[in-house]
Amino acid sequence: MTRRFVEGSEAIVEAAILAGCRFFAGYPMTPFTEVLDHMAEKMPLAGGICVNAESELEAVGMAWGALATGARAATGSTGQGLSLMQESFSEITRAELPLVVVNMARGQSDYYQSTRGGGHGDYFHIILCPIDIHEAVEHIQLAFHLADVWRNPVQIYGDYLLAHTAEAVELEAIAFDTLPAKDWALDGSLNGTGGSRNINSIGMTKGNKGIEPERFWKRLQAKYEAIKIAEARHEAEFLEDANYVVTAFGTTAKFVRHVIREMRNEGSRIGYIRPITLWPFPSQAFCDVAGSVREIGVFELNGGQMIDDVRLAVLGAAPVAALGGISSDESGFGVGPLLNTDVIRSILEAAYERATGEEKDQ
Amino acid sequence: MTLIDTDRPPTVPAKEWRARKPSLLLEGDHDLCSGCGEPIALRSLLEVIEELGWADRAMAAVGIGCYTALTPLLDVDMVQALHGRAPSVATGLKRMRPDRLVFTLQGDGDMVNEGLQEVLHSAARGEAITCVLLNNGVFGETGGHMTATTVLGQRTKNTLEGRDAKYHGHPISMTDLLPPLGGVSYVARGTVTTARDVERTRRYLRRALEAQIAGDGFSFVEILTMCPTGWFIPVTEGPGYLNDTIAPVFRTGEFKADGKIVETQK
Ligand SMILES: Cc1ncc(C[n+]2csc(CCOP(=O)(O)OP(=O)(O)O)c2C)c(N)n1
Ligand code: SF4
Ligand SMILES: [Mg+2]
Repeated sequence: MTRRFVEGSEAIVEAAILAGCRFFAGYPMTPFTEVLDHMAEKMPLAGGICVNAESELEAVGMAWGALATGARAATGSTGQGLSLMQESFSEITRAELPLVVVNMARGQSDYYQSTRGGGHGDYFHIILCPIDIHEAVEHIQLAFHLADVWRNPVQIYGDYLLAHTAEAVELEAIAFDTLPAKDWALDGSLNGTGGSRNINSIGMTKGNKGIEPERFWKRLQAKYEAIKIAEARHEAEFLEDANYVVTAFGTTAKFVRHVIREMRNEGSRIGYIRPITLWPFPSQAFCDVAGSVREIGVFELNGGQMIDDVRLAVLGAAPVAALGGISSDESGFGVGPLLNTDVIRSILEAAYERATGEEKDQ
Repeated sequence: MTLIDTDRPPTVPAKEWRARKPSLLLEGDHDLCSGCGEPIALRSLLEVIEELGWADRAMAAVGIGCYTALTPLLDVDMVQALHGRAPSVATGLKRMRPDRLVFTLQGDGDMVNEGLQEVLHSAARGEAITCVLLNNGVFGETGGHMTATTVLGQRTKNTLEGRDAKYHGHPISMTDLLPPLGGVSYVARGTVTTARDVERTRRYLRRALEAQIAGDGFSFVEILTMCPTGWFIPVTEGPGYLNDTIAPVFRTGEFKADGKIVETQK
């Protein structure tokens, strides 16, 4: 195996191509831009297509069409661009097309946008949130696999740090289970037989007047329930005897995990849970500790978004406190003063002392 | 005028209507109004695809309008796109399956209002797709409201005294916008008001699809269709109203062929 020192956006693009992605369409926006740059450069070399779409509205539409032919296809952007794509995200999801979305967010304020979506209708995307480039390389490949398994979009929630820092990673294709052929994909071959297909979000079928939305949407809802059970993923440390648990997501969690490991070494009974899937949310991990901890601290760099999911998970069985907050430098790209291990350490120590009454051994 | 000779039996045996049905059209009921021009336009398109020998290699991206209720009867693989977004979806289809015939179906509200940038960008990129515009000058589906192609003076649900340029702005003609774009190979506009016009429109559709098959880039056919319901007129007056009020503004004919602007249309 060869390790290479690669920037996050480049690693994600190479891993996407390893996973069989052959269509990409996007529109530049920091910090997503480099993903598009690398796609434009590398996709044609792999025999694929990268369209420099004239807008995000069109980028997502092009990916939609590519997916309908059975190809592995992706798009991506940053908050505003993803806002523009929401109408299509909803349709694509309810039409059961396996879209992969590379979201390079400006920080953590788009947790709601990702996990709730701004589009119409009852739908969810599976959201994989890597802590570092190494995990992102795995996640992007997993994303294409899960999208096909569930016939549901999967989003990678990355950020400025993930896209713009470099790590030594192994870029190897992951072997997943073989999947059934995409018999739903369009090719025109069944035209005129009465068996042609209509990929749609409302339960339209050929030869039948009208639509069947209720039956169709209830089936999708059952699928989301199955995804919630099967796909919730998290990482945890030091939970056995913890009387305080901190949770964080994405690259921010790397800073938090570091501080918690230090505090553990110094004797604090503090633990850590990191949701790897933001949807489905790993609620059970929080339920399991709710009875034994004094408090769950949520360190997120936004006005308080994931904290809602933590509260819904524990349903009052443990106090839940917001430890982070909005934090940004002048760029607005999400790397603010709170993203600093010394600052995080003082916040976590204060929370730990307040909730447990224990001062750290001096 | 030659009269039919009834003294001898016909040389061609009588055919059942089913025998004339295009193979890509399913039998069944639909919700479109009597006198609507859209079913004639769509049937013509299916016939031409079949005649060209591409029936089992055609795929569509369909917009949202009255014609959407007819798509269950079109036995062609398709994606139901969002309002205005079909050209991008068709782009994705075609880029991954360049060996297939890819077309869009859109209304004037869909294409010229909601999704104007989509069709213009796809055209300028020279996507090898054929976009079909069913233009009736109204949002038929919502009940006859003004669109970007409603002609001046036309009454709609929200231009009760007729479209007034000062207040409601001017109509947009796609055959003005598309021909100058580099990626465009074919642009035409027809109607379905008479048998002769249906035949002309079929010819335009054929030439547009042939341009796609030849790999010549983007092709476009606009079909003016009757909407007696949205125009608030009796069914039988649809073709006459179209010919009197809409066709003079939106002239029919070919505007670009073989990649060259048709000078007589300038
Ligand atoms: C984003 C969005 N806005 C509005 C609508 C409602 N809507 C459905 S069809 C339609 C008008 C369709 O008009 P046109 O494209 O001219 O087709 P026609 O019904 O005349 O055939 C509108 C406004 C919608 N479906 N989506
Ligand atoms: S409202 Fe107009 S466009 Fe719609 S089905 Fe009726 S006649 Fe056709
Ligand atoms: Mg219309």
